[in-house]
Amino acid sequence: MKNLFATRWGIIGVGTFIGAVAALLQYWGNPGNMGICVACFERDIAGALGLHRAGVVQYIRPEIIGFVFGSLAAAMIFKEFRPRGGSAPIVRFVLGAFAMIGALVFLGCPWRAMLRLAGGDGNAILGIIGLIAGVWIGTRFLKNGYSLGRTHKFSATAGWVLPAIFAFFFLLMLIYPPSEGMAKNGVLFYSTKGPGAMHAPIFVSLLVGLAIGFIAQRSRFCTMGAFRDLILFKQTHLFSGVVALVVFAFITNLILGQFHPGFKNQPVSHTLHIWNALGMVLAGLAFALAGGCPGRQLFLSGEGDADAGVFVLGMIFGAGISHNFGLASSPSGLGPHGIAAVVIGLAVCLVIGFTIKPQTARR
Amino acid sequence: MSTTVDARGLSCPQPVLMALDEIKKTTGTELVVLVDTEASKENVSRAVESQGWQVREIREDGETYQLDIQKA
Repeated sequence: MKNLFATRWGIIGVGTFIGAVAALLQYWGNPGNMGICVACFERDIAGALGLHRAGVVQYIRPEIIGFVFGSLAAAMIFKEFRPRGGSAPIVRFVLGAFAMIGALVFLGCPWRAMLRLAGGDGNAILGIIGLIAGVWIGTRFLKNGYSLGRTHKFSATAGWVLPAIFAFFFLLMLIYPPSEGMAKNGVLFYSTKGPGAMHAPIFVSLLVGLAIGFIAQRSRFCTMGAFRDLILFKQTHLFSGVVALVVFAFITNLILGQFHPGFKNQPVSHTLHIWNALGMVLAGLAFALAGGCPGRQLFLSGEGDADAGVFVLGMIFGAGISHNFGLASSPSGLGPHGIAAVVIGLAVCLVIGFTIKPQTARR
Repeated sequence: MSTTVDARGLSCPQPVLMALDEIKKTTGTELVVLVDTEASKENVSRAVESQGWQVREIREDGETYQLDIQKA
């Protein structure tokens, strides 16, 4: 059976849907230009679990859980659930952590960079330039034979570990739901103000997440792969999906009155151009070395890819470190150690890119 | 006898890179690529077709997809 979602119109349709519902999620309650932000939302999950104590960003984001389970459902239905892993998991963990650290210097992952652009935030342009530069560096390593090595077939249980962890988080939220003005319910932390307090209704978020997870698994939608394939193969397939996302998020924002062009006073952003760009150079490079944007890593986790699952856990760890160590930016500017973190992150990614070669990765 | 590129267990874009490398190097007109995910199967097919090659046949053996590719 032909996979319609893997055609040109299929990926454009997926990008269109994601762009439109992301703008709608903002309309329904999610933070500004943050209808969907995989990095920010995983960071909010880290906060809800108390892995960092930045009070304004704590919430178990159901979109993220939906991404994994939507993809899992699609993979099951189309017989693509293939538990696998063992391709340098600890390297992927570190890449995940630094991807998050870089994204939080910019204040958004590639998904949010596109949505910020579609909402009129000019600072996103710097982030996207950085993202492309980071992905470009990654493609140089790929061309030179960089490889994390082959995966191996795992038993089904291993493929279920990440979905099970996220199902557990969701269950915790059902047991200890958010309630107006409460900073903690049971074991979970919640935000009483700030972005963490802004969210669409739980089941709307979950349903949208499930729908996106399903079609993204079918279409292999990836915001990093879009630029990587363009640079590496001059192939515009995934890129057309990302363009559709931006265009339809922009149109939906216009209709909803959510388009506000400018650089200053944009929601959850700062105007330090160099660091907007360099934060995303780090994130883009880490995503490229790990083979997928943060969304794609969630969709792969749903297919049973345990290595992608390790990357996701690395991102959540990175979020904890980011806020606890003062690496993450805020609308008032960089965190006290943001610059050091970007420099160290880039150095680590370059070492990974230069030293992990095929001769060490052959079966 | 056509060359075989074994890209099983490798994640994208490596299967595509390996297939395209082989297309560049080879003097023959046939190539076999082994992959083990649907995504790699689609990506390799799309990439070789953009280079003027054709996927003649895809055989499934357990979790391996064998792509028989031919210069068009």
